[in-house]
Amino acid sequence: MTTAAKKDASQERQKTMIAEHFEKLGHAKENKQKVVYTFVPGNLTELLANFDLLPVLPEINALQSGMRGKTGDYIHLAEKSGHSEDVCTYVKADIGMLKSGNIGPTGEKIPEPDLLLLSYTGCFTFLKWFELLREEYDCPVVMLHVPYQGDGNITPEMRQYVAGQIREVLIPELEKLSGKKFDEDRLREDLKRSAKAEDDLVWVLESAKHKPSPIDAYFGGVYYIGPIFTSFRGTQDAVEYYELLRGEIEERIKLGLGPVTPDGVMNEEKYRIVVEGPPNWTSFREFWKMFYDEGAVVVASSYTKVGGLYDRGFRHNPDEPIETLADYSMGCYTNLNLPDRVNLLENYVRDYDADGFLINSVKSCNSFSAGQLLILRELEKRTGRAGGFIESDLVDPRYFSAANIKNRLESYFQMIEAKKAKG
Amino acid sequence: MDCFVGIDLGSTTTKAVVLDTAGQIIGRGITNSRSNYDVAAQVAKQEAYTSARFALLSRELNARENITKEDREMLEAALLAAYRHELFLGSLNRLENHCREDLENLRFANTRRELSQALEVILQGIRETADSIFVPESVARSDFFRDIAGSAFIEAASDITRNGGPAFDSMVGMFDRNIIPVENETETRGFEDLLMAAYHRLPKGLLEKDAELAELLKRIATLELNELRTVGTGYGRVRLPFPRDCIRSEILCHGLGAHLMFPATATVLDIGGQDTKAIQVDPQGVVTSFQMNDRCAAGCGRYLGYIADEMNIGLHELGPLAMASKRRVKINSTCTVFAGAEFRDRLAAGQERVDIVNGLHRAIILRAMSLLARSGGITNEFTFTGGVAKNPAAVRALREVAEENYGKLILNIAPDSIYTGAVGAGTFAMRDIVQGIKPGQEAA
Repeated sequence: MTTAAKKDASQERQKTMIAEHFEKLGHAKENKQKVVYTFVPGNLTELLANFDLLPVLPEINALQSGMRGKTGDYIHLAEKSGHSEDVCTYVKADIGMLKSGNIGPTGEKIPEPDLLLLSYTGCFTFLKWFELLREEYDCPVVMLHVPYQGDGNITPEMRQYVAGQIREVLIPELEKLSGKKFDEDRLREDLKRSAKAEDDLVWVLESAKHKPSPIDAYFGGVYYIGPIFTSFRGTQDAVEYYELLRGEIEERIKLGLGPVTPDGVMNEEKYRIVVEGPPNWTSFREFWKMFYDEGAVVVASSYTKVGGLYDRGFRHNPDEPIETLADYSMGCYTNLNLPDRVNLLENYVRDYDADGFLINSVKSCNSFSAGQLLILRELEKRTGRAGGFIESDLVDPRYFSAANIKNRLESYFQMIEAKKAKG
Repeated sequence: MDCFVGIDLGSTTTKAVVLDTAGQIIGRGITNSRSNYDVAAQVAKQEAYTSARFALLSRELNARENITKEDREMLEAALLAAYRHELFLGSLNRLENHCREDLENLRFANTRRELSQALEVILQGIRETADSIFVPESVARSDFFRDIAGSAFIEAASDITRNGGPAFDSMVGMFDRNIIPVENETETRGFEDLLMAAYHRLPKGLLEKDAELAELLKRIATLELNELRTVGTGYGRVRLPFPRDCIRSEILCHGLGAHLMFPATATVLDIGGQDTKAIQVDPQGVVTSFQMNDRCAAGCGRYLGYIADEMNIGLHELGPLAMASKRRVKINSTCTVFAGAEFRDRLAAGQERVDIVNGLHRAIILRAMSLLARSGGITNEFTFTGGVAKNPAAVRALREVAEENYGKLILNIAPDSIYTGAVGAGTFAMRDIVQGIKPGQEAA
């Protein structure tokens, strides 16, 4: 189903960017650079850069530890120190990593935080997570209160409320921490670059509308969103990365090529799938293989929207630098209400001409998992396409049962086939 | 004649069916899955072919005018019993050979003579047991060699120890070591040899009922069964030596199988040894949605197996026992591992065995109901399949709980529901050929 693997230039570029970032982190203390721990949803990367602060994203550390096979031990350590089996495994992986010396993916020690910044409070676990880290590190915490899009939109009052917190609480706090004055012009310049990279990212994600799709918008997609959802938004590096990526995908479309997988290029696209929910990280490759071995390509996913729904038109707007950050904090996927999530997925199924949609329900994440059965039923009703449901976890290897998941996926793909054959 | 085969490799048993070109089931075979799926598939298939040939024999005998219905039935039953007897003795001979080979091991240097004599007595005991089991009027407790030979072996061994013979453990150990290779081998004699050997076992009086019987048997035994396609399903399906397109998911096979058995089926519940499946099918038997138990096998067939072990009774006795209960004990945990503890805890609290067992049945059904709800609920008609569908107390609980939640329903349970997946697989094989797909080609 695939032909020879080769690393693309964009992959190499991203690897270098990440390595450089971790190197900076590794030397942050000696270079007297301050470090801020923050999360992906609603992250305020451009604002941190404004004060030359270095971001650390604990959930990214957790998922990378998961991919490197370290989280089993980390979680065990956290449970040994009293965290229950029901606690989100990102949290436990992070606590376990901390207890094991906080060594990052490149082997460099991750520096302790000078500030904990929570810019999305829609996830209650995030709140508790930082309470735990505050105990460990004894450092200041800023939490932005971010209203939920209960009515399906962001009202001017909500916007003002969050922008007010950024202006009145966060910026003074960052000034105090860094000893630097807030530079609005610099922020505008960074936001311009953010919007530029965001344009290219949307183009990349929407390239999956082609047949065959040149990308896998879930397993491949998690790599594509990397720079923009993490520490690089607003940088020239990010702009160049997305230009490079876009160029590669334009080429793939010209040649009629399918997505690149760890085993090479996928030759035959048999099923086009929309996926809801995060992937499993501990068996990421094995999980992906279960798709590409069967000729299944993910053409759209909600997980690649956890750091923002750019494909629905949002761009960081340099003309309203603070308000745009407020919008961004409220605009991540898990801050949408359930009807809106259903609408989004329904549109994906139609716009990307998917054969079906699949939910990977992870044990750890209530923000994602609550309401997923309702989503499943509703999507089946609205689209008439095949719905599938599998269960795993983010980074707890105990909750990835390969035989069960493979069995369900095979059944699901065959169900699509049977439905297609019936016409 | 042309035919199709469907094989379902379950976690506990492996089932095979043979279908004729009209899609009618002409043969069924079942065996325990053991650790070797290849052999299990081979044995189940052989059995299905045997049963197909017996079905063809029955058709032929039926068409004869020179034999009365009563005699014909007697003859068929006797022949089948004798055939099974032959198969059993074949396995027993293999068991004996393995045990004797085992005794050659140096560690038995001091006990070899004693154990060898004991084995002689044990085998004689098993042969006598077999003589009483494989008679037309007897209903076999279990079809599996391991079960019949195992209980007779243990019985004889304990008599020997009681009478001053070798230690019980040394003899049971011999059985445990050697039953595994026996189960991983297949009968070396072909159907014709076995059938003729069975024929020679028939009492003279019976043979006189039909002078041309031997000739008929020969014809049936040598009739070419041309297998056009086999489709495999079930957990062991990836081990099958078939091309990829000859393997189907058990969800699809159970959905189609249930539809074929009961064409108005809309919802299927299958409770097997290690998994529970809730499946929705459309009016053509195509699966539209499904849910399975994930991560753990709480509330599956194995749960009842553990409870039966805990109570030291047979699995098949559990349902009838629960049926005697008039009270319902509420049990929340369906964890298979905790099943024994749960049961003992209730007993210690002074509750009646029958009521506890009744409560356990309801508990597994409640768990299945949650899967059903997740798959889209229950729509009439509702078909229950899998090993647990044979348990009357589970059926009673399902009927009650389903009706409490979804109103009056038609609940279908086929007596041969254990073959549902295999029937679906066999029908897929037939449809593939009708649609012109050859082995090695991907289905469209």
